[in-house]
Amino acid sequence: MTEPAVTAPDAAKGRILVVDDDVSLAEMLSIVLRQEGFDTELVGRGDEAMGRFRAYAPDLVLLDLMLPGLDGIEVCKQIRAESGVPIVMLTAKGDTVDVVVGLESGADDYVVKPFKPKELIARIRARMRRFEPVSSESLQIGDLTIDVAGHQVSRGGEPISLTPLEFDLLVCLARKPRQVFSREVLLEEVWGYRHAADTRLVNVHVQRLRSKIEHDPERPEIVVTVRGVGYKAGPA
Amino acid sequence: MSLVDALTFWRRSVQARVVVSTLVLGTLAVVVVGWLLLAQIRSGLLDHRTDQVASEAAGELREVRERLAATSTVDTDVPTQRRDLVSPVILRGLSRGFSVVLAGPAATGKRISEGGTESTPGLDTSSVPVALQRHFEDPEAPTAWTYTTIRTTTPDGETRTVPGMAVGSQVELPADGNAYTLYLLYPLDEQEETLDLVTRALVAASLVLLLLVAGATWLVTRQVVTPVRMAREVAERLAAGQLHERLEVRGEDDLARLGVSFNQMAASLQLQIRQLEELSRVQRRFTSDVSHELRTPLTTVRMASEVLHDARDTFDPATARAAELLQTELDRFEGLLVDLLEISRFDAGAAVLEADDVDVVEVARRVVDAARPLADQHGVTITVEGPGHPCPAEADVRRLERVLRNLVTNAVDHAGEPGTVEVRVDADDHAAAVTVRDHGRGLAPGESAMVFNRFWRADPARARTGGTGLGLAISLEDAQLHGGWLQAWGRPGGGAQFRLTLPRRVGAPLFHSPLPLVPDDVSGVEPARSTEVGDRS
Repeated sequence: MTEPAVTAPDAAKGRILVVDDDVSLAEMLSIVLRQEGFDTELVGRGDEAMGRFRAYAPDLVLLDLMLPGLDGIEVCKQIRAESGVPIVMLTAKGDTVDVVVGLESGADDYVVKPFKPKELIARIRARMRRFEPVSSESLQIGDLTIDVAGHQVSRGGEPISLTPLEFDLLVCLARKPRQVFSREVLLEEVWGYRHAADTRLVNVHVQRLRSKIEHDPERPEIVVTVRGVGYKAGPA
Repeated sequence: MSLVDALTFWRRSVQARVVVSTLVLGTLAVVVVGWLLLAQIRSGLLDHRTDQVASEAAGELREVRERLAATSTVDTDVPTQRRDLVSPVILRGLSRGFSVVLAGPAATGKRISEGGTESTPGLDTSSVPVALQRHFEDPEAPTAWTYTTIRTTTPDGETRTVPGMAVGSQVELPADGNAYTLYLLYPLDEQEETLDLVTRALVAASLVLLLLVAGATWLVTRQVVTPVRMAREVAERLAAGQLHERLEVRGEDDLARLGVSFNQMAASLQLQIRQLEELSRVQRRFTSDVSHELRTPLTTVRMASEVLHDARDTFDPATARAAELLQTELDRFEGLLVDLLEISRFDAGAAVLEADDVDVVEVARRVVDAARPLADQHGVTITVEGPGHPCPAEADVRRLERVLRNLVTNAVDHAGEPGTVEVRVDADDHAAAVTVRDHGRGLAPGESAMVFNRFWRADPARARTGGTGLGLAISLEDAQLHGGWLQAWGRPGGGAQFRLTLPRRVGAPLFHSPLPLVPDDVSGVEPARSTEVGDRS
C-alpha cells in the first residue's frame, strides 16, 4: 500500500479528489475547500474516477454514491484495492443500507446531504490528521507487532497492510490493552467526532480490521467485543 | 400410536370419523334387522312345530283314552293298569322320538320328583317343568303345554340336554277313578339347529355387509376428502407466501368447481398483493428519489449560503441581513425536509430498526448535554436523574437519540423563561423508561392525545419556536417501531410530562413502565383533571 506523498507545489493543506456528478455541488465544494486551503480536482463520472485518482494522487477522496458510469460503491472498492487513502462518502440516504454497504466497501467516513460546510471540513480534517507518533514507539498485542512511527503492523515479521484508519483504530485499542472502549469513545478518538455519531462506523471498521488481523474473524482474539459496552484489545 | 395421537387423528380425520360413524350406525341397523328377522323365523318354526306336536299329542291321548275306555273297570289293580296305560305310549315314543312321564294321582299333590311315576327309560323326570305340574294339581285341569329343557341319559351314561315342549293332559284310571297326568315331551333340537344355522348365516352376511359398507364409505369419503386435503395444503402454501400455488382441477363436479373458485380466489389475491407490493415499492422508491433529488441541490444552496453568511461583514446592512435570513430559513427548511422524508419512510413501511444494546441513561445524558446550549439560550435549566445503575435496553441509538432530543427540545421550548426541565431515567427487568417534565403552560384536557398529531399546535396564535411540527409524530413512530410506548401527561398551568418506555428486548410485550406517567409532585392532587394518553398499541 502506497502512501501518497504530500508534495503540492502551492504548499496546499492537501489534495482532495471530488467525485460527484452534480456539477453545481462539485463546484461549490471546490469553492469551499479552496477557501479552506485545499487543492481540489473534480470528476463527474464513476468510470473516470480511477484514472483521475491515479493521475492526481489525492490525500483524500470525497465520493458521491450515485454516479453515472460506475456506481460509488464500485469506485470505493477499486480505490481500496490499490490504496489506503481516506475516503469520505457523500450520501443522500443517511439511514439506509447504502451507508453500511459503502463503509463495508472501504469508505472511512460519510456525511449525509445536506451537510453544513463546516461539518464536512471537520470530517476531512479529522481524516487527514494522524496520530502523533511517540518516537520509535512499538506496541505488542497478541502475536502482532505494531510499529507506530513506521505505520507498520506485522505478525512474525510478515507485514499486514492496513488503511490509515484501521491502523489508527488498532493503535488506539492497543495502547491501552484490556481497557474497554465504548463505540462513542472510539468515534471521538479515531474519527474525531465531538458528538456521538453513527456507531455503525465503528462496527463496520472493526469487522474490516478483524478480517485482516484475526486468525479467525468469527472468533476474534485481538479485537474483542464486550457485549453491551464496546471493544477492547487483547484476550477476553 | 399413543392415546393422544389417536385422539388427534380422530379430531383431524373427517374420513376416520365418517367411516366409524357409518360402521356404528350400520352395525345398529344390522343388529336390529337381524334380531327382528331371527324372532320372525323362530316364531314361524316353533308355531309350525307346536301345531304338529299338539295334533300328535292329541292323537296319542285320544288313543290312550280309547284304550282306557275299553278296559274293564275293576278286574285289575292300579299299578298294572298304569303300566298297561303307559308302556305302549313309551314304546311309540321311543320310535317317534318323544318321551313320556305319567304322574299322579293329581289329587294327592305329589310332585314328580317325589317318585311314583312311570317314564321313558333314561329320561330325567325333572324335565317336566314345575309350573306345568302345578297346573295339573287341579284334577279338572285342561290339556296344557309349555317349553322346557329335556334332559336324558343314554345307556352309555352320557347326559344330553335339548330344548323341547312338554304337553300334559289328565286321564282317569278306571282302577281307582283318580286323575293321573300324562306328560309327553317332544324335543325341539331340529328347530334349534335350523335356527342356529340361520343365525350363523345372518351374522356372516352382516359382517360381510358391514365390511362392504365401511369400504364403500372409505372410498367415497376419500374421493371427497382428498381434494379437500389438497386444497388445504395449497391454502397453507398460499398463506406462506407462495402465491403462484394453484389447485389441480379435474372433471366438472362440485369439487372441481370448488377448485376452480379456489384458484380464482388465489389469482385475485395474488394480483392484489402484487399491486400492493408494487405500490409500496414505488412509494419507497419515490421517497428515496425525492430524498436524493432534493438533498443534492439543497447541499449546494446551503454551502453557498454559508459562504455568503461568512462574508456578510463586507456587504451593506440590507444584504447582510438577507444573508442571515437565508441561513436561518435554510436551517428550518432542511429540518422540515428531513422530518417529512422520515415520516414518509414510516408511512411507506420502509423504516428499519437497527437495534443494539444501549444504556438509556448514557444516551439521555448525551442528548441533554447536546441540548444545553439551546436551553441556556432560553434560560432553561435541565437536570438528569438516573437510578445510579445502567439502564440497558435493546434500541436503535439513532432513533432513541432522536426521540429524546425531540422530547427535550420540546420541553425546553415550552418550559417558559426561566424554567426547568427534569429528565428521569429508570429501568426494571422488563423495560427502561425516560420521563421529560416541564413546568410550562401544560396541556389542556384532551390535548395530550393531540400532541402526537402531525403539525399540531397547542396555540395557533403562539409563534413557532423552531420545531418542524413533526418531531413528536416521528418520535411516536420511533417508539412504536421498538414495540415501546410514548405517552403524554399534562395539566393546564401545571406543565407537562412525556414518558418513553422501551421493552428490554425489541418487540417483547410491555405491561408496565418503571416510571409513573403522572409526575410525583402532582400525583394524588386533583387526579380527575389530569389526562393520560397513551399509545399502547
